[in-house]
Amino acid sequence: MGHNWDFATILQNWPVLWVGVKGTVYIFVITVILGLGGGLIVGVARYAKSPFISLPARAFVEVFRNTPVLVQIIWFFYAFPILTGIETNPLLAAILGISLNTMAFSAEIYRAGIQSIDRGQWEAGKAIGMTYNQTLRRIILPVAVKRVLPALTNRGIEVFKMSTLASVVGFVETLNQAKLIADLNYNPIESYTAVAIIFFVVLYPVVQGTYVLERMLRKAD
Amino acid sequence: MSEILRIENLHKKFGNLEVLKGIDLTVQSGETVVLLGSSGSGKSTMLRCVNFMEDPTEGKIYLNGELIGTERGGAMQYKEAELCTLRSRIGMVFQHFNLFPHMTVLENVMEGQVIVLGRGKAEAKEKALAQLERVGLAEKAAEYPARLSGGQKQRVAIARALAMDPEVMLFDEVTSALDPELVGEVLKTMRQLAEEGMTMLCVTHELGFAYHVANRVLFLNQGTILEQGEPQRVLKAPETSRMREFLDGHSLFKLPD
Repeated sequence: MGHNWDFATILQNWPVLWVGVKGTVYIFVITVILGLGGGLIVGVARYAKSPFISLPARAFVEVFRNTPVLVQIIWFFYAFPILTGIETNPLLAAILGISLNTMAFSAEIYRAGIQSIDRGQWEAGKAIGMTYNQTLRRIILPVAVKRVLPALTNRGIEVFKMSTLASVVGFVETLNQAKLIADLNYNPIESYTAVAIIFFVVLYPVVQGTYVLERMLRKAD
Repeated sequence: MSEILRIENLHKKFGNLEVLKGIDLTVQSGETVVLLGSSGSGKSTMLRCVNFMEDPTEGKIYLNGELIGTERGGAMQYKEAELCTLRSRIGMVFQHFNLFPHMTVLENVMEGQVIVLGRGKAEAKEKALAQLERVGLAEKAAEYPARLSGGQKQRVAIARALAMDPEVMLFDEVTSALDPELVGEVLKTMRQLAEEGMTMLCVTHELGFAYHVANRVLFLNQGTILEQGEPQRVLKAPETSRMREFLDGHSLFKLPD
């Protein structure tokens, strides 16, 4: 099977791809902040003693963890406006789908981190007169978050790659633009290979950076 | 001497298991009281009820003459904010130190002062260094707990509690997790505190400490105080056979004189 590899066409269309890369980074930054930040709140709520807080948090986690992100994005784009009357757009639908899914997953990571902290730490905070919230904020979370940093990094990588799903509702990001090039030039293999290369080139240095960060934090112990 | 702590008819149940069956105790200011008893006797639970690490099932606790909580319909009710304030007035040291691993020794000793008492950083630092000096660890202020020995960790934990200017100190088997050769430095620190007039309640298995430092020894058995009195009498001439049995178990392998 011979295939005449032709990356020249891709390079000629680089401005088209570049628009997509910017869209990918844009949606990644928003969803990773909302997803990992919001997940901390849900994770803490999940651990709360009061069932009025922990049960809704648990329901949220189960719904968004056990349904496909792709379907969530499509649902927020098509079904959500019908049910609520609120218009959405491709960007908003993708942000909702990806961030809520990431919140659900990272909430479980944070909760596992909190649970891994020795009970004695809670007792020590309590014994010097700290409230539950003070102990959580000052004593438990700093250690718990540091401990789950590798798992959060994994989630971050996942969020970056999930951004390609936004193309399903027509959001202008890398995969969407690659598809455009592929359709116009009949070169899907090169186009999608280019997407893989772009993602690797962006992600690899970032991931190396997080390793350095983890090592630095470990040294502080 | 004046009364600093009074416990009246203290009961504690965990589910159906009644661990404390009516404890009465009055502690005078500056007194060192040692609680003895075999495991399961309720001595740790009693200590933990004093600063409401565990809520008593029944009974009243007075600190410096003030009743903790409010009585309503024959039962005590406690507000979380009131209990936080109470805990900040009572120091507690644990068997497993429980230092904050992400903070330096100095930050460990400053934390409660800044967050709970609202002291300024400069004042908290000065107080923290003074307390570290007191336990002989001022030169370790910048270290993280992971780099300290067990005995040093426990002395930092004592300094952390002292920095809150507590009215009473509780020690819950604070030497039980230490290598035998590190026990001495912690006991020495505790003895020094007792001699400086700190009011102390200590759960311990160190009979020597009880004998030489305590003003009073309590022997708990199955959730009640079975014997109490001056250590020289209680430890040398126990009145009950249960207490004699307990002491014999402790001195089984004593070196001959």
